[in-house]
Amino acid sequence: MAEEYNPTELLICIAARLMEDNTTAFIGTGIPMLAASLAQKMHAPNLIPIFEFGGTGGSLEDLPLAVGEARTFYKAVAASGICDIMETAARGFIEYGFLGGAQIDPYGNLNSTVIGDHKQPRARLPGSGGANDVGSLCWRTIAIMRHDRRRFVEKVDFITTPGYLTGPGAREAAGLPPGTGPYRVVTNLCVLGFDEATKRMKLLALNPGVTLEQVIENTGFELVIPEHIGHNEPPTAEELRILREEVDPNRLYI
Amino acid sequence: MNVIESGIGELIQPPDMDAFREWNRKKHKALVDKRMSEQEAVSRFIHDGDYIGTELYGTVRCPMSLTREIVRQGKKDLRIAGQGVLELDLLLAAGLVKKIDLTYIGLEVYGVSNALRRAVESGQVESVVEWSNGAITWRFKAAAMGVPFIPVRSMLGTDTLKYSAAKVVECPFTGQKVCLLPALILDVGIIHVHRADKYGNAQIDGISGFAFELARASKHLIITTEEIVSEEEIRRYPDRTIIPYYLVDAVVEAPFGSHPGEMCYLYERDEEAIQEWVEASKTAEGAQAYLERYVYGVKNHQEYLELIGQERLEHLKAIVKGRG
Repeated sequence: MAEEYNPTELLICIAARLMEDNTTAFIGTGIPMLAASLAQKMHAPNLIPIFEFGGTGGSLEDLPLAVGEARTFYKAVAASGICDIMETAARGFIEYGFLGGAQIDPYGNLNSTVIGDHKQPRARLPGSGGANDVGSLCWRTIAIMRHDRRRFVEKVDFITTPGYLTGPGAREAAGLPPGTGPYRVVTNLCVLGFDEATKRMKLLALNPGVTLEQVIENTGFELVIPEHIGHNEPPTAEELRILREEVDPNRLYI
Repeated sequence: MNVIESGIGELIQPPDMDAFREWNRKKHKALVDKRMSEQEAVSRFIHDGDYIGTELYGTVRCPMSLTREIVRQGKKDLRIAGQGVLELDLLLAAGLVKKIDLTYIGLEVYGVSNALRRAVESGQVESVVEWSNGAITWRFKAAAMGVPFIPVRSMLGTDTLKYSAAKVVECPFTGQKVCLLPALILDVGIIHVHRADKYGNAQIDGISGFAFELARASKHLIITTEEIVSEEEIRRYPDRTIIPYYLVDAVVEAPFGSHPGEMCYLYERDEEAIQEWVEASKTAEGAQAYLERYVYGVKNHQEYLELIGQERLEHLKAIVKGRG
């Protein structure tokens, strides 16, 4: 009998499994921090978390509540500044970048700027922050999203952060570094990737208990559905123990 | 150079690098005591309509005592470079902001900024120009380099670029498209540091955010500091002085100057106080009541600290995590 877990715990475990040891990952507030911490304690002790205001290679023993705070460079290899971090990404040193947003489209373009018109928005959101830099300059970006039709839309109201823009070749045509772009989208329902030929979002694996119909129903655009669909394993007892006892013992996020 | 695309956002502060050079040439280089209060620094160096920038941000090494003084003095029609959390929230809630070069204004783990929502959705803020965090900092870097623009590979292909004042050109060396960011020179920069001497030589512990670039992109620079140390102490570790005194116009001693935010190795963030703002700022009335209590209702930073209470401040010091 598998242990009970909540949707946030599942998201964290799936995101953590995507992080390899001895790689660099640009980490933002929230689930990516927990995932990076879990990965460090499981299979990737030398995962190098990089925070935009300067923390590099810190030990995520305590959860940071902000991307600039002291916990982002606790026992770190370096504590520099935002230029150094963004320039490290621009030079091709950062493999993974984690992103989120209010809306995502089939090409992985993300909106975190406005809902509605820019001049007179229905909702003014925080803006790019470091997201545009991450989406432009990291090799492979991973978006973490809640999965529903309001968020998974055919066309985002505002492209804050570039995915594959309008499709194959569009990033390169815009001047973005070749070989970069969206890699995975991790949601409460499934893990998605991107079709090689069309650069459109493609279903890769369903989360435990989730059906294909549920994914389709909650997506506001047509997904590429491959012949073989994988299944994500539920969190293991070990993952849950570390997550609850070591990563977030005060239950700030989970 | 062939301009392929131009952002439609307003260039809020057009760069004039020659004027900036002249300004810097005339800036006093004498070793004079620049210590003063928040009141004096704000009234002398910040004027209605100025373009200002704060560093680092919101809950981290942030010049909150000085921000509260700006609100207290009601400096208005401000144009701001927006990477912010609590500090820009206070300015927005007080209705003092006219234009924003915006990269991120939000409350991080606590979600969107309702002060920003109200100010922008109502049209109170006249101009909102979009940038990425990297872009804003590189704009300071360009000013610090003394050049009018800097080429980068961010923002390309997006609406962030379309609603910015950046331009896309064909690189004259490679033929590839690059994004050009205009230098951003601040009328007044404000930075909170761990220690400074009375002349303004300033040192920061931990990450330096964008203090190095912002200090060099500012015409006037106000330093608030946790403590004033001797010149001898500063000169013993010159490698740690990222802001030399001749950049600085005012030095304000402000212990717990980042409260309710943190100061690495000195004190923790005050979660309860941050949540108080998160809750209060959900409505315009709540935000106003908060300002009444914590800003207008106290005369200065000393009175603010008394309102917070010694015991609570000592606790924030006691729970801070060391260097590990």
